[in-house]
Amino acid sequence: MGRYFRNIWDGIVTVLIGMKVTWRHLFTPSVTIQYPDVKLKLPERARNRLYVNMDDCIGCDQCAMACPVDCITIETIKSTPDIDLGLTSVGTKKRLYVPTFDIDIAKCCYCGLCVYPCPTECIKMTDVYEFSEYDRNSLIYNFAVMTPEETDRAKAKLAVYEKEQAAKKAAAAALPKPAAPAAAAKPASPMVAAPVEKPAAANPDPAAGGTPGPPLPPEDSSSNPETRS
Amino acid sequence: MKEFLLSLLNDETIVYTVMAFVPLVWVIPFALFAVWWERKISAHMQDRLGPMRTGGWHGWSQTIADILKLIQKEDIIPSAADRKLFILAPYVVFAGSYAAYAAIPFSAAYIGSEINIGLFYIIAISSVVVVGLLMAGWASNNKWSLFGAMRSAAQIVSYEIPVALAILAVVMVVGTFDMQQINAAQSGWFWNWFVFQKFPLLFLACLIYFVGSLAEVNRTPFDIPEAESELVGGYHTEYGGMRFALLFLSEYANMFAVSAVAATLFFGGWNSPFGEFLSGPWWGFFWFAAKGMSFIFVHMWLRWTLPRLRVDQLMYVGWKVLVPFSFVIVLGVGLWVMLAR
Repeated sequence: MGRYFRNIWDGIVTVLIGMKVTWRHLFTPSVTIQYPDVKLKLPERARNRLYVNMDDCIGCDQCAMACPVDCITIETIKSTPDIDLGLTSVGTKKRLYVPTFDIDIAKCCYCGLCVYPCPTECIKMTDVYEFSEYDRNSLIYNFAVMTPEETDRAKAKLAVYEKEQAAKKAAAAALPKPAAPAAAAKPASPMVAAPVEKPAAANPDPAAGGTPGPPLPPEDSSSNPETRS
Repeated sequence: MKEFLLSLLNDETIVYTVMAFVPLVWVIPFALFAVWWERKISAHMQDRLGPMRTGGWHGWSQTIADILKLIQKEDIIPSAADRKLFILAPYVVFAGSYAAYAAIPFSAAYIGSEINIGLFYIIAISSVVVVGLLMAGWASNNKWSLFGAMRSAAQIVSYEIPVALAILAVVMVVGTFDMQQINAAQSGWFWNWFVFQKFPLLFLACLIYFVGSLAEVNRTPFDIPEAESELVGGYHTEYGGMRFALLFLSEYANMFAVSAVAATLFFGGWNSPFGEFLSGPWWGFFWFAAKGMSFIFVHMWLRWTLPRLRVDQLMYVGWKVLVPFSFVIVLGVGLWVMLAR
């Protein structure tokens, strides 16, 4: 009998203790963060949306090669030696036009592997994480700044230049003995190049014209170990 | 109020219809906002914020948006359900809980029906709800629904005994079942309220009534009929859209009905706690609503304090604790009233 009353008493007292606890919590400031209005600060190295600073891109394609899901598409056009595309912010000379730099952010797995090989540090992870779209295709980001006209012009110019170079090479191969015919071939080249731009650009020295192949390898090999270490 | 309406409209049928719909003006907005309050209170008791966006200020119109959604929803009736009963059940449940409002004195000036067995009528008519719940559970043709309905019926039947006995204790003190006379008997300052009279017998009766009423309206810790973690949703598992809204509405209407009865029996109903200060028909409604709401607040408060009882614990509390205690109280109050006379 004593236990029966003791149980009832304990029941009432413990309920009151519990009610005291919940009453206190009623006036405890809530821990909720109202997300779209209030945002938590992300960690410093958080990996979210990719951003490419096209001013610094040299079109080396290393980020695309590093990407495990192939979400980066880069197309480049060689520039002719007479064109100065300028320097990047880290002082690398830009030698390629980059008409296409697409990142399919829907495919991106946010591994950050593309960031490390970049010699000019122009591709980076930002802290933007709200970029949902209604159409999947809007998630393909085009970072390239060249207009189609500019691209066509650069392509045409390169084609002209390459033809010219081929002709020059052929001429040099056909007439190796006298130096004079080579000089006679010179006036012919301004005629072809003239419609494009300045005629002065049309006298390329063969040394510069001979390096259209891989423009960047020395820079990459120097910057790669640096960033990896 | 009836006389005033009669002089205004001059037709008994219209007057009675209007009188019947008056509590609805209170019940529907109350149910709408009580859901919001419940969500806010539960959130704050868990250190959350609850709905914050709909309507601007602290999500005040969240339930209005919810009810608009429920109205637009497709009316789904399970193919294996007993169609007629399934459709009928929510109306029976709501009718049962709304019928109780007929005898609830909202103010000195308004009571739906001033009958001399008002309290008895409330106890009787609120049992109709059980029929509706069983109907809903059975017609759904779903194991969980049926379990919920049967638990609900068992629970309400068991807890009606201590509730009725606790009410009887008050009735013995007043000597009437008339709700307005029970109110009038507690007029004056708050120490005239029955919860402070015949101490501690009526205080214990109040406690028993409150615990029993919690069980009758299926609130935590007696929410085993709709135990979410065991029974999905209890008797309203299969209901959706407007039918679900109706069941939900009647649940909240029931909550207020039992709170109103508790306020009337033990806390002076529409009487002001300060004698003649702030009294009158409108203030009377204010005090009545405030007292009812504070009981509902305690319902919500308990919901986030106590875990759900097991079925055998429920029966233990009902039959082995509340019933013997209420018998002792009835006996004690009876002796007290007899000897004091």
